[in-house]
Amino acid sequence: MSIKLNALYSDSYVDISQYRDQHFKGNRYEQEKLLKQSSTLYVGNLSFYTTEEQVYELFAKSGDVKRIVIGLDKVKKTACGFCFVEYYTRADAENAMRFVNGTRLDDRIIRTDWDAGFKEGRQYGRGKSGGQVRDEYRQDYDPARGGYGKLVQKA
Amino acid sequence: MSRRRHSDEGDAGSQPHKRRRTSEPIEIEDRLESLICRVGEKSTSSLESNLEGLAGVLEADLPNYKSKILRILCAVARLLPEKLTVYTTLVGLLNARNYNFGGEFVEAMIRQLKETLKANLYTEALYLVRFLSDLVNCHVIAAPSMVAMFENFVSVTQEEDIPQVRSDWYVYVVLSSLPWVGKELYEKKDVEMDRLFNQIEGYLKRRQKIHVPMLQVWTAEKPHPQEEYLDCLWAQVQKLKKDRWQERHILRPYIAFDSVLCEALQHNLPPFTPPAHSDDAVYPMPHVVFRMFDYTDAPEGPVMPGSHSVERFVIEENLHCIIKSHWRERKTCAAQLLSYPGKNKIPLNYHIVEVIFGELFQLPTPPHIDVMYTALLIELCKLQPGSLPQVLAQATEMMYMRLDTMNTTCIDRLINWFSHHLSNFQFRWSWDDWADCLTQDLEKPKPKFVKEVLEKCMRLSYHQRIVDIVPASFSVLIPADPVCFYKYGEENSSSLPGFAVTTTVGNAIKNRASNEEILIVLKDVPNPNQDDDDDEGDGFNPLKIEVFLQTLLHLAAKSFSHSFSALAKFHEVLKALTDCDEGKLHILRVLYEFWKNHPLMISVLVDKFIRTQIVDCAAVANWVFSPEMAHDFTRFYVWEILHSTIRKMNKHVQKIQKELDEAKEKLEKQQNKKQRDSGDEEDMEKQNSEDEEGQLEEQIEKLQEKVESAQSEQKNLFLVIFQRFIMLLTEHLVRCETSGVDINTTWYKNCIERLQQIFLMHHVIIQQYMGTLENLLFTAELDHHILAVYQQFCALQL
Repeated sequence: MSIKLNALYSDSYVDISQYRDQHFKGNRYEQEKLLKQSSTLYVGNLSFYTTEEQVYELFAKSGDVKRIVIGLDKVKKTACGFCFVEYYTRADAENAMRFVNGTRLDDRIIRTDWDAGFKEGRQYGRGKSGGQVRDEYRQDYDPARGGYGKLVQKA
Repeated sequence: MSRRRHSDEGDAGSQPHKRRRTSEPIEIEDRLESLICRVGEKSTSSLESNLEGLAGVLEADLPNYKSKILRILCAVARLLPEKLTVYTTLVGLLNARNYNFGGEFVEAMIRQLKETLKANLYTEALYLVRFLSDLVNCHVIAAPSMVAMFENFVSVTQEEDIPQVRSDWYVYVVLSSLPWVGKELYEKKDVEMDRLFNQIEGYLKRRQKIHVPMLQVWTAEKPHPQEEYLDCLWAQVQKLKKDRWQERHILRPYIAFDSVLCEALQHNLPPFTPPAHSDDAVYPMPHVVFRMFDYTDAPEGPVMPGSHSVERFVIEENLHCIIKSHWRERKTCAAQLLSYPGKNKIPLNYHIVEVIFGELFQLPTPPHIDVMYTALLIELCKLQPGSLPQVLAQATEMMYMRLDTMNTTCIDRLINWFSHHLSNFQFRWSWDDWADCLTQDLEKPKPKFVKEVLEKCMRLSYHQRIVDIVPASFSVLIPADPVCFYKYGEENSSSLPGFAVTTTVGNAIKNRASNEEILIVLKDVPNPNQDDDDDEGDGFNPLKIEVFLQTLLHLAAKSFSHSFSALAKFHEVLKALTDCDEGKLHILRVLYEFWKNHPLMISVLVDKFIRTQIVDCAAVANWVFSPEMAHDFTRFYVWEILHSTIRKMNKHVQKIQKELDEAKEKLEKQQNKKQRDSGDEEDMEKQNSEDEEGQLEEQIEKLQEKVESAQSEQKNLFLVIFQRFIMLLTEHLVRCETSGVDINTTWYKNCIERLQQIFLMHHVIIQQYMGTLENLLFTAELDHHILAVYQQFCALQL
C-alpha cells in the first residue's frame, strides 16, 4: 500500500549542508555518515553576549537539550559567537533545524547546521586572532561581535 | 563534452552522480510521480489543459507502467487531500479513456481503504472515502453504490457494545463527504439519503457529550461557541441541504469536462462492510471546532463565511490538510497556504490565522510540535508583511480580552507562542493597550498572562531588556532579576547554624577536594533533627544538605555549565545526602531557596537531579505540592517542571521496554536459527549457541524485572500526583462550602485545569492505569467537581 512519494516527502531543512569540518579526523564519507546520524547542532551568528541560558531556552522548544558548549575565543577564552547544542535524540535536533534555524536569538538571525559531534578542542575559534574565521575578514561593523573585523581593526 | 557510454557506469563507487539514459525505467517512474504530484500547481497553462495533457500521457504509459500509476494515484488520494478534486478529475478522464483502468483503480482504492482502517489510519481513510465520493461527480462510480457504502457506514451506529468514538467516525466520514457529493447523491437517491439523514439525526441526539468541556479552549459561549465537531458539521450539512446543495466554494475541474465524462461508463463500488471493532482499534478522539473570527472581524474585503456554512468547513479542512502535508517545510507551507485557490473570495489571512491557532490550542495536544506554528506564522508575516501582522495583532488582542475564560493549558501555549514571536520582532508591542490589567489582582488571568509572557521574554533575552521594553507603569509585572540567594553570604549569616562549615566546605571545593574529603568535612554539621547521637551521622540531616548545596551552587552560579560540572563532580556526596525520601525532598527545597528568582535554572537543575538519580520523579511531585511551594503553585514554570518530570519517567519506561523487546526478538531469531540448523552443527557450535541462548534468557529476565519496576514507579508517580490534587481540591471545596463562599476562585480554576492538564498531556500512558485510578482514587465518594474531570477524560475514548 504505502509507497513513499519522493516528491511529497521533502524535508529540505533537515538536509546536511555543503560545509565540512576541515579538522575532522576521518574521510568525507565518515564525516557525512556522522552528520546524517548526529543529534548535535552547530549554531552560528550568535552575539558575543548571548548566554548559555538564552540558548537553552530557545533550543528547548524543539526537545530536551542534553548539553550546550559555548564557543570561545582561543586566546581570550570569552564567547566568540557560536555554540554547539546537543540533544538526546536526533528527532529533536531535526525539529530545531526545521523551526529554530533562521529565526532570531538576541535579535540576530541564527544559523544551525549539523555537527559530527563535539570533541574537546572544537569549542575554540579557528581564526588567527582567536575568534571565528568569519570575524577575521569581514568588513562590516557588528557591535555584537566585537565591532569591525580583525583585519579592518589592524589596518 | 565527452559522451559517456554504458561501460563507464561500472565505476559507480567514484561517481556518485551517474549519468543515466532517459529511457531507463526508474527515471520514467520518477517522472510520472513528479508529473502527477505537480499537476494543479502554478502553471502558465490552465488547469484543464494540464489535466487533459497529463491524462493523455498517462493513458499512453498504461501498457507499461499501469501498476506504478495506480500506486501513485492511490497515494495522492491518501496524502494530498487538499487537491482532491484535481485528482478525481484526472481519474475521471482516465476512466473515460480506459474503462478497465477505472475499475482497477476503484478496486485498488478499496484495498487501500481496508488497509488504512486496519492500521488505525483513520484520517487517511477519511480522505480515501471522500475521494471515492467525489469520483461519483466524475462519473467513475455509480451514485447508488456510494449510497450503499454510506448506508453500511451509518449502520455502525446500530452496533452494540462499541466505543462511541467508533460510530462517531463512521458518521463523520459520511457527513464530511457530503459537501462534495451531497447534490449528486440526493438527485439520484433522495429517499435513501433522507433515511440516512434520519438515522444520523437520531444518533447525534442520543450520543454522549461528556467529553466536550475538557476539549473547549474557552468555557464561555460568547462570542463564539466552541462546538463539538459532529454537532457543527451536522448543522453545516443541514444548512447545505436547505440551500438545495448549492455549494460554490469547492473547485470542481470536472465540470469543464462534463461532456467527456458523462459519456464514461461507471463502476459500482463492491459492497463494503466496515471491519469489526477490535480491542487494538484506536479511533480518533473527538474534538471541538475552534472559532475566533466571524464576519464582523474582517473589516474590509470579502466576507468570512458563517460558522454553519459548508464553505467554512471546506476551507478549514483544506487549510488543515495543507499544514499536514507541508509542516516540515515552513516556507513551502506558508506559500501553499497563501496560494489557496479561491482566496480572492474569502478573507484568507483570517482563515489561516484561525486554523493555525486552532491547531496550536487543540486539546489534548496539537497535531504538530508547538514551535512549528511559531515558525510558520513568522514565515507568513514575511510573505504578507502588509496584511498578516495586523491580523495576528488583532487575534492576539482578542485572545487577551478573553483570557478570563480560556483553558489554562491553552494559556500556557499562548504565553509560549507570544513571547517567542515577540523575540523575533524586537519585543515590539503596544503594552499600554493592556494597561487595564494593572488595576487587577495580579493572580487574575490578564495580569498573570502579561507577567508570564514577560518572564518568558526575559528568558530569551535578559532582565534589563524587559525593563526597557515595557512602560514604567508595568514594573509590577516585570520578572525578578534572576540572581541567586546565598543565605550564608548575607549580613548576620555568621549566626546561622552550620555557617562555619560553609567556609570549610567552600575552601575544600576550591582546593579540589574529593567526595570522601567533603563527606568528612560535613560530619561536623550538627543534625537539628536528632537529639540522640547517630554514630555515623548518616541519617537524614537537612542542615548538611543546606550547607553543602548552598555553598556548591554559590561557587558554581556563574552559568549552567559551571553548575552541571559541580553536580557531576560531587555526585557521590549528593547521593549520600539524599539517600532517603526526606533527603530528596529537602534538596529540592534548598535548590528552590537558592535559585527562586531564576526559574529556568531550577528547571535545568531538577532535570539533572533526576537524570543523575539524586532525586526521583515522585520527590519532584511531592515538592511541587508541598506547602513551601504553595505561593508559586500557579506559576507556569512549576508545571513545566512537573510535566517534564512525567515525560522523563515515560521515556525511561519506553526505553527499557524497547530493550526488552529487542532482546526477545534476538532470542526468537536465535531459536529459529537453531531449529533450522539442528543436526548440521558440530558439538562446539551447539554448545556456543546454547550458551548464547542462556545468556539472552537471563538478560530477558533481568529486563523484564526492570520494566516491571519502572512501570511500578510510573504508576506510583501518577498516583502521587492525583492524590495530591484530590487532597488540595477537596480541601478548597469543603472550606468554601462550610463558609458559604463560591468555589470558583481564580486559584480553583487554575488548579482544576492543571488536574485536567495532567490527564490531557499524558492520556496515552494514563489510560494504562485506569483500573487502578478508578479503584483507588476516582471513586464515587469523591466530590463531583473532581470526579467530573475524570469522567470527561474517560469519555474521550468511550
